[in-house]
Amino acid sequence: MFRKIAISAVSALTLMTGAAMAAEGAKTVDVAFSFQGPFGTFDEQQLQRGLQVYTEVCSACHGLKFLRIGALAEEGGPRLPEEQVKAYARNLTVVDKDTGEERVATPADLFPANVLAGAPDLSVMAKARAGFSGPYGLGTNQLLKGMGGPEHIYSILIGFTGEEIEQAGVTLYGNTAFPGGYMAMSNLSLSADQVTYADGTEGTMENYSEDVSAFLMWAAEPKMMVRKQSGFKAVILLGLLSVMLYLTNKKLWAGVKSKKTA
Amino acid sequence: MSGIPHDHYQPKPGFQTWLHSRLPIVGLGYDALTIPTPKNLNWMWIWGIVLTFCLAMQIVTGIVLAMHYTPNTALAFASVEHIMRDVNGGVMLRYLHANGASLFFFAVYCHIFRSLYYGSYKAPREVTWIIGMIIYFLMIVTAFMGYVLPWGQMSFWGATVITGLFGAIPGVGTALQEWLLGGFAVDNATLNRFFSLHYLLPFVITGLVGVHIWAFHTTGNNNPTGVEVRRGSKEEAERDTLPFWPYFVIKDLLALSLILMVFFAVVGFMPNFLGHPDNYIQANPLATPAHIVPEWYLLPFYAILRAFDNTVWAVQLVQFLTFGIVDAKLFGVLAMVSAILVMAMAPWLDTSSVRSGRYRPMFKWWFAILVVDFVVLMWVGSQAPSGLTGWIGLIASTYWFAYFLVVLPLLGVLEKPLLQPATIEDDFKSHYANPAE
Repeated sequence: MFRKIAISAVSALTLMTGAAMAAEGAKTVDVAFSFQGPFGTFDEQQLQRGLQVYTEVCSACHGLKFLRIGALAEEGGPRLPEEQVKAYARNLTVVDKDTGEERVATPADLFPANVLAGAPDLSVMAKARAGFSGPYGLGTNQLLKGMGGPEHIYSILIGFTGEEIEQAGVTLYGNTAFPGGYMAMSNLSLSADQVTYADGTEGTMENYSEDVSAFLMWAAEPKMMVRKQSGFKAVILLGLLSVMLYLTNKKLWAGVKSKKTA
Repeated sequence: MSGIPHDHYQPKPGFQTWLHSRLPIVGLGYDALTIPTPKNLNWMWIWGIVLTFCLAMQIVTGIVLAMHYTPNTALAFASVEHIMRDVNGGVMLRYLHANGASLFFFAVYCHIFRSLYYGSYKAPREVTWIIGMIIYFLMIVTAFMGYVLPWGQMSFWGATVITGLFGAIPGVGTALQEWLLGGFAVDNATLNRFFSLHYLLPFVITGLVGVHIWAFHTTGNNNPTGVEVRRGSKEEAERDTLPFWPYFVIKDLLALSLILMVFFAVVGFMPNFLGHPDNYIQANPLATPAHIVPEWYLLPFYAILRAFDNTVWAVQLVQFLTFGIVDAKLFGVLAMVSAILVMAMAPWLDTSSVRSGRYRPMFKWWFAILVVDFVVLMWVGSQAPSGLTGWIGLIASTYWFAYFLVVLPLLGVLEKPLLQPATIEDDFKSHYANPAE
């Protein structure tokens, strides 16, 4: 019991310092995710693999309390067939809001919250961390490489050094990407060949980490594709409007002024 | 409505005359739209329309967001995620609103610095300037309260730091702080009142914007030369001006359209670039973030707040002279408030008889330094306090005050201004040949 409380306390502390300090010292690996840049899109296959890693490994401790199970079927996401989503929901139990009793989940329910006290909820984790700050506090790195949230998660998963230290009776695990260098999550949480992918993708740590980071980015912003499309429409329409206004303005002022040639 | 002679609204017989003699609302709109506007206005005079658009956009998106948001410490964070995931178009609504604040402040800074360069604040436009400063101040308050609503870590700790500043006021400080918070710490009562005020203040701003426009429609616009429009006769005035509609409406809309292209690219492709990742962590009163920073548009004043710590001799001197009543914390708060106050006093601190910076050879340089100074302060505000940034912040803060309190009053005496064009028409003709001639 004490151990559990201590873990919660330590991870709560480290969780809070995480975002701000991801900037300082901790190493973030730049991953070429498919969803980066204005033209980037989520890779459905990758999201499905990431979901598998999350379900089989991460969800043992972590939760996704803001993500609706039914979102797994939506466009711009993993796009599981409706039947599979229903089957997925049936494997989960949730506490019913009205009756207060446990029951089998449906696609309309949210994912369960964290199981292990102190294991942070991962719903918006990919946006709650940033990887590439600077240089000199100017923020231009993020302009070029992206905010670095999913990259930070990736870097954490592959960043374990195998070192262990004990602080106040709690074991902390060495990690090159974690601020301070030691975190409450164990390096044994995820290991190679732990998850068998259905599509034959190799079960390496790099693949697991990349897939689950992509999945968590989607979980943090399931409407990313819609947002980018809206952005495109707006920019194109405003571009057309600007051209028309430019020509109107030019014609309008032509009677009043003309550029001096001399 | 303006002092510049021009054709006023003439209601046609029948309904128009009937209505006009009872409520001259059509005439008000007509006169406002056809107001004579100096024809030499450059592209720095487009920010007014951008700001008006921002205000409208923030109110419209804000009202819809308020329909889905829950101002309760236990539910606020989840309700924002609900907007992002389940509300139709919620993702765009929220990102438009959040980034809209950034566009709003970017535009207001362009607008303010344009006024400072071209002397728009000088007589007879002091009231327009003062109203503008009040609007700017209310914008800061509104934006700050809005940032608290998502109830993330930065929301909570930002609110804690800023409301804590009231505690620095001697005597009544603690009582005032508790009255503002509705308790001893930032909690549900604080969130509720901030939500209420965040909804109210934009409408106060809207009213003040009306007064702001009324004021400068009475004095007429300033222009890049700072030379007044001739008002001897309608013909004379028409040689200096063009009606606002359609000439300036179309020009302003073109500028707005181009600016919105960039804005929508930010909203669509990197909506979190200007935000802080910590605000995606739900507020936790037990865990202080390593580095509490406000949004980028408040950073310069945050830098001024932090610049004056108790290692500065001026702070020590003031503390000694006031028997410790004005300590370093209160000094910082006073400095931050004064930074805006001295700017508001610019009309009475600037002694130069020449309005536009274009004809002030020395002023130009001091003004350029002020712009750089503002950017430097913004950068300092974003940095964790250290020896070097502390020094830079102190120097930059000092320059901010020195510009208004020393440079502006002295330049009017020391500087020999260049020759100004006699009329706006002359200035316009020096740039453009009239096709009719």
